[in-house]
Amino acid sequence: MTAAWFVLSRLGRDRSALIGLVLIALLVLSALLAPLLATHPDDVFELHPSERLRAPSGAHWLGTDRMGADVYSRLLFGARITILIGLIAVGASLVIGVPIGLVAGYHHGWLSDALMRVSDIFLAVPQVVLAIAIAQTLGPSLPNVILALSVTYWPWFARVVYAETRTLQKEVFVESTAALGASPWRLTVLHVLPNIASPIIVRASIGMGFTILTAAALGFLGLGPPPPTPEWGRTIAESREFLPDAWWYAAAPGLAIFLTVMGFNLLGDGLRDVLDPRLRRSPARDG
Amino acid sequence: MAELLRIRGLRVDYATDYGPAQVLDGINLDVARGEVVGLVGESGCGKTTLARAILGILPAGAARIRGGEVRFRGDDLLTRDPAAVNEHVRGRAITFIPQDPFTSFSPLFPIGTQIMDLMKWKSPRVRNGARPASLFGRYPRARQRADREAVLDTLRAVQIPEPARALRRLPHEFSGGQRQRLMIAMALLPQPDLIIADEPTTALDVTIQAQILRLLRALVKERGVSVLFTTHDLGTAHELCDRVVVMYAGQEMEAAPTDAFFGRPAHPYTRSLLASVPGPDGLIRDIPGEVPSLVSPPSGCRFHPRCDYATAECRVERPAPRALADGHAVRCHHPVETPAGAGA
Repeated sequence: MTAAWFVLSRLGRDRSALIGLVLIALLVLSALLAPLLATHPDDVFELHPSERLRAPSGAHWLGTDRMGADVYSRLLFGARITILIGLIAVGASLVIGVPIGLVAGYHHGWLSDALMRVSDIFLAVPQVVLAIAIAQTLGPSLPNVILALSVTYWPWFARVVYAETRTLQKEVFVESTAALGASPWRLTVLHVLPNIASPIIVRASIGMGFTILTAAALGFLGLGPPPPTPEWGRTIAESREFLPDAWWYAAAPGLAIFLTVMGFNLLGDGLRDVLDPRLRRSPARDG
Repeated sequence: MAELLRIRGLRVDYATDYGPAQVLDGINLDVARGEVVGLVGESGCGKTTLARAILGILPAGAARIRGGEVRFRGDDLLTRDPAAVNEHVRGRAITFIPQDPFTSFSPLFPIGTQIMDLMKWKSPRVRNGARPASLFGRYPRARQRADREAVLDTLRAVQIPEPARALRRLPHEFSGGQRQRLMIAMALLPQPDLIIADEPTTALDVTIQAQILRLLRALVKERGVSVLFTTHDLGTAHELCDRVVVMYAGQEMEAAPTDAFFGRPAHPYTRSLLASVPGPDGLIRDIPGEVPSLVSPPSGCRFHPRCDYATAECRVERPAPRALADGHAVRCHHPVETPAGAGA
């Protein structure tokens, strides 16, 4: 509790981290309250051909799309998909990557080498390319996008955790805990994991931004959830043929993606500043 | 005295870029019950490796045990089931005081959490044959209360002020000397038979060193615990130990009761080591030559290239232990028999 409060109060003093936090809070709020905030909540699935491509107005704050649906309302519901993809993909990457990194970091020998070489293979191919290949093979759907992103993002966690675990092994407290008969399992869960939580949290925050951006790219290429899902990347793809006249159609989801990714990146950078061990030992505790 | 630890012919190699370094080369060592044994030698002679080998925490991947045995209460720790050693020996019967008290606690958790963590698994009140505590398993209430009392008593014994409050504090709130006293408390709490202390006072101020050593000696003597104490400081060994073993380049050279070691050293290396301590005249005599490479060590007695007494025999064959008096053994073809004179 106190640790969380400490981190939050330090983040509050860092302007860019605060902006990131606010952006993410707005994203989460719009996702949670989408049915309440939306002016035309039914437009996710309904067509109004007579009202297609209307410019922003009092009735349609961000205009309408090619089906005559309210862009603003669809944007809010799109936030739900974005958060869902980000959370599940990053969560799954954590669940796969962290244990692999811990085992590879703790173990010395063939197992460690094998695990790290496998993660190297994934890292050797750019994430977008690999994700496109997987999503293409499996067919466009929401679960497949999430699967493609998880399968391609876990090596980042494995790498970070592996490197941190190796560094930590040289710490006297890890060695002396081992000398006092702690089993590898107990040593790892009670001592190594809490001490490498900071880089994992930072990586997860930056990973949210990264994953959301890649998800939008997949959606743009038509590999995301099929229509009429209000996915942001797909919306931009649909809007292309109506540019530049229906500028709002592309601008709204584009801006949403930009702000979301920036929010997570700013928060990640801010968290890194706060959680960095070199700064953690500064006299902030007493001050 | 009854034998507690008996090491015979232990050989450990470290992998290096130039080939295997023979860090321990057929070392013998005995520790009796209730005895404080000092393991002295220059930096890099294998003291810490020996301590780690006994604890079974040699760095995985780099170190390899090539032979020998480490018998503790009669069982060879090297051939026993590693999980059983981890559960019943390490942290229970053999405990450890590390070198550097500044990084020996995890920086994230209060001292009390870390000590109670140890007690959950290694408390002497864990019944023999009881199922080992599991990670998320319960810590039995009654035992937890008893353990906490024992922790507070031990913290008082190592002179930590306000033990109950100390348990709630984080490691960085203690001084180096206090942290080392906490480590001593942790080493005593499982009521072990043997404590391995790896240069426990090297990182501390000289005045604090003396305090801590006296405290450690008093506590282990009172409880009848054996200590294997590694140090490169002969003065410290003289203060603390019942018996001293001197190591050179991975081999033990001489083992003797403290008085005999300082009064009648028989090995040429021991004598030059004692002579290298600055005397009242302020002169420092160093040992000519340099510490040998462990990748291609000298044959026979590893000290022969630097030894004034070396003969052809020394170059070929490592001398067998030769008993000079009760508890005084030397591995030298040409032990020096005249009294050393000044001593230490």
